[in-house]
Amino acid sequence: MSALRFDKATIRLGGRDVLSQASFIIEDGEFIGMLGANGAGKTTLMRAALGLAPLAGGSITIFDQPVTRGNASIGYMPQNRGLASGLRLSGYDVVASAAIGARFGLRWLDKAARREIDWSLDQVDARELARRSIGELSGGERQRVLLSQALLGRPRLLLLDEPLISLDPSHQKAVVEIARRLREELKITIVFSAHELNPLVNAIDRVLYLGAGAAVIGPVDEVVTGPVLSRLYGSEIEVIRVKDRYFVMAGGVDVEAEAHRREHGHEHEHGHEHGHAHPHSHGHDGSHV
Amino acid sequence: MSMVTLTRIPMAMTVPMFEYDFMRTAFVAAGIAGVLAGTVGFFLVLRGQTFAGHALSHVGFTGATGAALFGLSPLAGLVGFTLIAGIGMGAFGEKLAERDVAIGMILSLALGLGLLFLHFYTSAATQATALLFGNVLGVDDSALLTLAVLAIISLAALAIIARPLIFASLQSELAEARGVPLRAVAVAFLAIVAIAVAECAQIVGVLLVFTLMVGPAASALNFSRRLGLAIALSAAIALIEAWGGLTLAFYTDWPTSFWIVALSGSVYFVSLAARRLAS
Repeated sequence: MSALRFDKATIRLGGRDVLSQASFIIEDGEFIGMLGANGAGKTTLMRAALGLAPLAGGSITIFDQPVTRGNASIGYMPQNRGLASGLRLSGYDVVASAAIGARFGLRWLDKAARREIDWSLDQVDARELARRSIGELSGGERQRVLLSQALLGRPRLLLLDEPLISLDPSHQKAVVEIARRLREELKITIVFSAHELNPLVNAIDRVLYLGAGAAVIGPVDEVVTGPVLSRLYGSEIEVIRVKDRYFVMAGGVDVEAEAHRREHGHEHEHGHEHGHAHPHSHGHDGSHV
Repeated sequence: MSMVTLTRIPMAMTVPMFEYDFMRTAFVAAGIAGVLAGTVGFFLVLRGQTFAGHALSHVGFTGATGAALFGLSPLAGLVGFTLIAGIGMGAFGEKLAERDVAIGMILSLALGLGLLFLHFYTSAATQATALLFGNVLGVDDSALLTLAVLAIISLAALAIIARPLIFASLQSELAEARGVPLRAVAVAFLAIVAIAVAECAQIVGVLLVFTLMVGPAASALNFSRRLGLAIALSAAIALIEAWGGLTLAFYTDWPTSFWIVALSGSVYFVSLAARRLAS
């Protein structure tokens, strides 16, 4: 059985085809890294699977079922720009709000709900962290608490939207490791979107690369190549591989690192995450390798 | 002469304040409005929509003065207008409710229109002062009943939407993915806010609605990091401030609204200090 299947799916947003007749199949239990330039449709693809972005054509199925809103078999982790970092509520209460927040009516946290929350927090080793105020946690710690929410209700498919964004390399590694372990222990399917392939490359089974309205899925070696990426980026792309690190270059510029750097520059304008290591020190700008 | 000074409390220090009928009524009215404002205000602060609440109170001013001009009950005008404006604000979506300039313009427009209505309404000054700065001592039994009924309906409605509202306020994208109807929740909530604002305006006036809606909630969030505790604390702080303000007004003969504002401000600054010490 496939976990997620796009069949000639077209998604149109604001008059632009973000995805145009895209077809791919993600098998049950796979760990997929989803890559693509900014605006290539990574978030839109996830929202479509959640029933939040209307299909202009084709079909999407989740475990052979049509897309529905509030699908309990999908666990989702959005980029969470909305969550105020200055928020003083405890992480536990934030997770609890998600655990019992979907339905109307007065409802208290009962024993079953508490057990479910504790279980989810334990899966990402965040039970202790969740006692603290969500605004006081570091970026990596907060990401773990938020990730636990995707596990509420024990879904079979996790859609994680850029969980590595604005994390320093050691925290990136920790988050990828948690995702890898979740897949092993819970036997769930994971779609993990990212700006960069390298932090993921040893954990994922296959890569789903988006660009120019198309989606290409396959082993890293077959997808992350000059010809395939040139088609997806719509310009001449060269892929340089050094051991198990990949550098996607356009005209001598590392495009993945560039996109990542821009994202960080944006974060800095808001004064977040100061003092964390910057992506420039990742060591993937050629001279370090 | 303003309404506030007209209904000045007698300087009968020797007589306990509950000997007076109007004081008993004022305590009940302030209690109802305080609990409602503290509870609803908590969600307003959590959602970062405090400015929208402030704007609603100004729209209420237009409604009340307009109603008075046409010989209708100002309370009905106040409730009606804030309710329509609240639903409208919710229906236009979160984006609009968060747009400061648009809300600021609506706020000024409403206040200006209210001024125009007052201009045509003869007994303007008393009415205006009571609306702008509140007149809890002037609440009569029928108004009290209205306040009680509206408060019960609002709190019941809030209880029904509370869970999705908290979820949507903290993490709207995740809530949407889990099937929470964001727009409907936003509209329902702003309608509840409108009622709370109208009630609050009866006690502290439209200009000072912030003091009971936002002050206690912001303080509660500084005192506690637990959601349930913070909501209860917010309601309790608002209640104590409303009752404390009335008591102080009785013994000093200064305006009730002043004392409520003074208490609300003091509690807020203490909460800021407490938060700094705790972290």
